[in-house]
Amino acid sequence: MSDRPTGPAIEATGLVKTFGDTRALDGIDLSVPAGSVYGLLGPNGAGKTTAVRVLATLSRPDGGSARVFGHDVVREANAVRSKVSMTGQYASVDEDLTGVENLILLARLLGHRKPAAKARAEELLAAFGLTDASDRQVKKYSGGMRRRIDIAASILNTPELLFLDEPTTGLDPRSRSQVWEIIRSVVAHGTTVLLTTQYLDEADRLASRIAVVDRGKVIAEGTPGELKSSIGSGTVHVRLRDATTRPKALEVLSRALGATVEPDADPVSLSARVEGSDFEASTQAARALSELAAAGIVVDDFSLGQPSLDEVFLALTDHPAGATDTAEPEMETAR
Amino acid sequence: MSTATTTSSDVQTVFVPSPETLGAVLAPGARPPRPSAWSASVTFGWRAMLKIKHVPEQLFDVTAFPIIMTLMFTYLFGGAIAGSTDAYLQFFLPGIMVTSVVMITMYTGVGLNTDIEKGVFDRFRTLPVWRPSALVGMIFGDVLRYILAALVILSVGLILGFRPDGGVLGVAAGIGLLVVFSFAFSWVWTMFGLILRSEKSVMGVSMLVLFPLTFLSNVFVEPETMPGWLQAFVKVNPVTHLVDAIRSVMAGSPDASSIMWTFMWSAGFVVVFGFLTMYRYNRR
Repeated sequence: MSDRPTGPAIEATGLVKTFGDTRALDGIDLSVPAGSVYGLLGPNGAGKTTAVRVLATLSRPDGGSARVFGHDVVREANAVRSKVSMTGQYASVDEDLTGVENLILLARLLGHRKPAAKARAEELLAAFGLTDASDRQVKKYSGGMRRRIDIAASILNTPELLFLDEPTTGLDPRSRSQVWEIIRSVVAHGTTVLLTTQYLDEADRLASRIAVVDRGKVIAEGTPGELKSSIGSGTVHVRLRDATTRPKALEVLSRALGATVEPDADPVSLSARVEGSDFEASTQAARALSELAAAGIVVDDFSLGQPSLDEVFLALTDHPAGATDTAEPEMETAR
Repeated sequence: MSTATTTSSDVQTVFVPSPETLGAVLAPGARPPRPSAWSASVTFGWRAMLKIKHVPEQLFDVTAFPIIMTLMFTYLFGGAIAGSTDAYLQFFLPGIMVTSVVMITMYTGVGLNTDIEKGVFDRFRTLPVWRPSALVGMIFGDVLRYILAALVILSVGLILGFRPDGGVLGVAAGIGLLVVFSFAFSWVWTMFGLILRSEKSVMGVSMLVLFPLTFLSNVFVEPETMPGWLQAFVKVNPVTHLVDAIRSVMAGSPDASSIMWTFMWSAGFVVVFGFLTMYRYNRR
């Protein structure tokens, strides 16, 4: 294909999708540059999956328009389909079939003849460490293996754009890092990846740009660095030995960090956002810890971490992640 | 007690992705041309075969159910309606064959509904292939089940004393008509499989459609003694035409009119419900 375009991989304007009274997408604008990982970050029900389904031609938008490599997702759906692959949040291979059968089936559907399909399937199984499991039904695979066969199925023909919908949700840490490694390789070979995730650290590690999605809208967009500096460089979490010392600790911390300290739901916990550069954040945290000790407060646990998704949301929207007014957690999978 | 038992699946998850091997499989090869509509449908049919291979229990519906139906009704109605089970069987067997197979067609809808629930169809729908092929292929697999069910009933019938005058050719033609009709009728269920929310509701609706359609026909008794309004329904019921057509070819005296009606109904089901199915399939 010599027509590899130089423009953006995805260009969406004002996408709207409603399910009954729920506006799953409430006017989403996206511009995803080609050749990189773009992260869609948001809690359950934010509209990430719906956005991916519209862009992958699985669902028609009720308003707005989207182009994938210049092709309209509604009017030129087939042209879009020949350039994209999608790995859904749920099994997107047939669980009753074995690993090798799934890959042969999809390779045949992409037009490979039988011998070529078989060769390609075996090659991919080997690269993804699934050769030993190739003759086992996918329903007997572990979570990590299942993710790998899903991704392998998506790159039977190396796609120009790969949608990965929460590829690491529910995986153990080792399987997560395997998936990350695979995503990096895919991007290194020129494929654009649109990744949805609930984890800021995942988006931070992989994506070169991130859009934060909430209630069907993009509420912030930028590089991970830009996003983080807009919400503070980190969060200090403190766990006290004795709950009665919390009011005192709150006072000490507020002074030391020069920031608002929030008492957590847990009566012995406190947290505070720290501003400034990463270095400034560490010095502030160090000072806070020594001042707590000086005040005679026993600390069981003290950490400086990246803001969690919850904190990002609090900072950007003034409401915690997931506390949306739609009591419909399965909304994103609704037909 | 300290030695952890490592199962084989645990061992296999120890996988370290290497950029080199991944790079080798990611190198874009030549893209093959898009498969033809027929080839894509046959490939999806192959998937249905594989599913039968891995989950052979699903053949229970197409074997045990028809046998029970045939035995039950032959001995229940035989003496009362035709004087003897033997005499009844000559009339009844083509009819029960139609009833059983038409009832099995609803599993197409149930199967489709489960597939969608599990998410596999999402992948199929992002493939650049002829759109109806996933559904056509699915029904190809079901056609195999229909043939199997028809052969099971035929065998039971032959053992019990069914002796068709049309011979092997007549019987084969009869089963052929049944398969054509069932293929067409399956599109009713693909539509319901796409519209309805759960596999249970597909089953519920199918009973509502299938019981009147198969019982209010000429399968069990001749319609002469029925009230006029019922006869009117029986007369236009596609199942009646199909049963007439199959009886005629199996008896060796093909009835052109009922055969023609069968083909017309079949074409009608494919056109109307095929269209409705694809409309839903594209707009989900």
